[in-house]
Amino acid sequence: MGQPDDRRGRIGASVLRLEDRPLLVGEGRFLADVSFPRELHLRVVRSDVAHGLLRGVDLGEARASEGVVAAWSAEEVAHLGAIEFRMTGLDELRPHCQRVLASERVRYVGDPVAVVIATDPYLAEDAAELAFVDIEPLQPVLDAASPDAIAPLTLAHEHGDIEAAFAGAHRVVELHAAVGRHSGIPLETRGLLARPTDGPEGIGVELYGVAKVPHYNCATIAAMLGLKPGQVVGREGHVGGGFGVRGELYPEDLLVTHAALKLGRPVKWVEDRREHLLAANHSRDQSYRLRAAVDAGGVVQALEAEFFHDQGAYVRTHGATVPNLSVALLPGPYLVPAYRVRGHIRLTNKTPSGTYRAPGRFESTFVRERLMDAVATACGLDAAEVRRRNLIPPDAMPFDRGVSTLSTPVVYDSGDYARTLERLLDHMGYESLQEALAKRRAAGEMAGLGLGMFVEKSGLGPFEDVRVRYLPGGGVEVVTGAASVGQGMETVIAQICAEVLGVDYGEVTVRHGQTDMIGRGMGAFASRVTVMTGVAVYLAASELAATGEPAEATFSADHMTYPYGAHAAVVSVDPGTGGVTVERYVVTYDVGRAVNPMLCEGQIVGGVAQGVGGTLLELFSYDADGQPLATSFMDYLMPTVAEQPQVEVLLSEDAPSPLNPLGVMGAGEGGTNACGAAIAAAIDDAIGRPGAVRALPATPELVRSLIRA
Amino acid sequence: MTEISAADAAVPVVLAVNGTEHRVAVEPRKTLADALREDCGLTGTHLGCEHGVCGACTVLADGEPVRSCLLFAVQAHGAEIRTVEGLAAADGTLHPLQEAFWRHHGLQCGFCTPGFLMLSAGVLESRPDIGDDELREALSSNLCRCTGYQTIVEAVQSVRDAAEA
Repeated sequence: MGQPDDRRGRIGASVLRLEDRPLLVGEGRFLADVSFPRELHLRVVRSDVAHGLLRGVDLGEARASEGVVAAWSAEEVAHLGAIEFRMTGLDELRPHCQRVLASERVRYVGDPVAVVIATDPYLAEDAAELAFVDIEPLQPVLDAASPDAIAPLTLAHEHGDIEAAFAGAHRVVELHAAVGRHSGIPLETRGLLARPTDGPEGIGVELYGVAKVPHYNCATIAAMLGLKPGQVVGREGHVGGGFGVRGELYPEDLLVTHAALKLGRPVKWVEDRREHLLAANHSRDQSYRLRAAVDAGGVVQALEAEFFHDQGAYVRTHGATVPNLSVALLPGPYLVPAYRVRGHIRLTNKTPSGTYRAPGRFESTFVRERLMDAVATACGLDAAEVRRRNLIPPDAMPFDRGVSTLSTPVVYDSGDYARTLERLLDHMGYESLQEALAKRRAAGEMAGLGLGMFVEKSGLGPFEDVRVRYLPGGGVEVVTGAASVGQGMETVIAQICAEVLGVDYGEVTVRHGQTDMIGRGMGAFASRVTVMTGVAVYLAASELAATGEPAEATFSADHMTYPYGAHAAVVSVDPGTGGVTVERYVVTYDVGRAVNPMLCEGQIVGGVAQGVGGTLLELFSYDADGQPLATSFMDYLMPTVAEQPQVEVLLSEDAPSPLNPLGVMGAGEGGTNACGAAIAAAIDDAIGRPGAVRALPATPELVRSLIRA
Repeated sequence: MTEISAADAAVPVVLAVNGTEHRVAVEPRKTLADALREDCGLTGTHLGCEHGVCGACTVLADGEPVRSCLLFAVQAHGAEIRTVEGLAAADGTLHPLQEAFWRHHGLQCGFCTPGFLMLSAGVLESRPDIGDDELREALSSNLCRCTGYQTIVEAVQSVRDAAEA
């Protein structure tokens, strides 16, 4: 161990990642890189009809095809049942859970109807093409607001005196706005490799390719296959991006595991990109109608909201999580004393949806900030000024929002929202920038500025466990049930451990995602790892430092932490094409305490890229028959470096969380949250039409039509 | 009509990868990416879309960046192929681009990284003095879903600038 001054990787140091070397030299172990002797390859046969009666699946030719070992349709796997909710499970949604293979009816293009298992992936694909799927088409439902959409549930919440606020309002401002369907689209597609094992309790199975929530998935798969929990062991390897989508339990995970156990051989499935775009969770796709009761000073005294959430064909593991988050976090950083919301969960014949980075917030921030801009316009106020007048003041912290989400009351733990806004405005030179843009517009250019403010949530409990010990040969080992989705958690956890023990962070090895190494673990989602695992490591390492003996600790949290910030975008618009160029992008984000500011900035900048994609480019569109039109990267457009602005990040530590001894909050989602809001406002400003952009993505086609309207 | 079994149609191909000759028998339809991964055991080359857009599978063929998912292995017969496994020195010393991606936090999940490294290596070897705009244009060939690209651009610029200095 070096002298204290030589130690690298204390909390707050932007040290290089421990994860990187194998990833740089081609020694990553992503799922597709793992192979075992005698492994078989599974291919899924999917519905090519959006809605229809499944008359039959003839697998005769497929079974006779070269290399095929087995081919099954729904009846062979009927005992596997439907996939349960992991979060926000509500009874009204349960009839709409997805079974592992469709029977009787198909409900979206991509709905799995059969599997073919062969000795080679090319041969499995050949055979899958020989499956004959007989479907009698039915009319698809493609609009969540349609009376034909299945309507399992409306989420509702109300607090404060709505009627009095509207009755006494100086003016009422209304807004319709919608966010299109897009998703996380990690660059590594999904996949799983199940390997049968002989264990003390009989036949078990090891799962390679588990991610995000390995303990939950292994336990659930075990239960669904009639095994004991310990018989299904998760072996997390490198994970090529999570973003909410990867790592949830999908039909394919059950099918692959079942196949391996049934056939007694390792079975591997790696989806192709078209399958990913058809079958992995979609997200967003919410449309809102908002009304605000505004007083003479431009302060919103009441907010009334109704929205439709297009869930797609089934309700998957997230249950009502996304609309539930929309309900709870729509009011954002503003006081809004009275609030009434109704969120309609509707099923359509599109791919089922789930969470995607800043779920329910990208959508609700877009519409809320559009509303604040509309209030500013109606009241003749500047966009920054109307926000100043509505922000929750720091002396109101902790601030009870009066609503719950993810089984926990929303109580903003700390924050100085006005300060983060002023920091943003100062950095940009707000007033002189506005003048410069006005000059450009006067000279005939279309250029403008937009703002968006937001409150994020992070550090979801209820617990995380950690074990820490000195290794006999030197160094320190941390074992956690959390997971890595590529975000840099090994480095961050090592830094916290190193800080406590007084060692170099490079001496700390972090083991994660191995379900037989630790009894339980919640995993990596909801920007929770730095808070939950981080604090558990802090506690366990403190004990290790005191005793020298291996230590265990659990960090439990009943409440989330709420980081916050603001975005600003400067855009220019091509009047001829309607194309939008983001010229400048600034994010302020307060994370309480940054363990590794470089990694926090990486999260924010990467989050902005995904936000820019959802704002300007990415859309799962469908034709009138429910055929998806974005099934390749030629049609589903993600930002390249050419579309991505240079992002200026102002990371701050104004308001450490009082809910944990480190003061940390999660950094993963704030970069995405307010992109739609800020860029839409900037487009409005550029084209000189306040409130024009009410739908995302703001494609060239849409913007051009707004210019010409 | 005689049915031709795909497996029977395997043809011998010599793939010269990172200076090592791999004599493999592949079906004509097998992509170079699959042959590198499965027949040569070089899994550092990743497949992100298999239709030539994302660039995760980028390797160098006779010095040119190519999408190995869009080439058949048989087409690469006789070409000098370089993959990410060949970038570092034999003693493990990282290539300047690898070092720069690390220092600039130019990767998060790391799945696109081999493709970006090989793309960048090909670009800088043919255009060591490439300007910033053209460099961005070249790097827009590949997709990254984690970083937002700016650290990747900074990493490649730093290597270009160090070589020029």
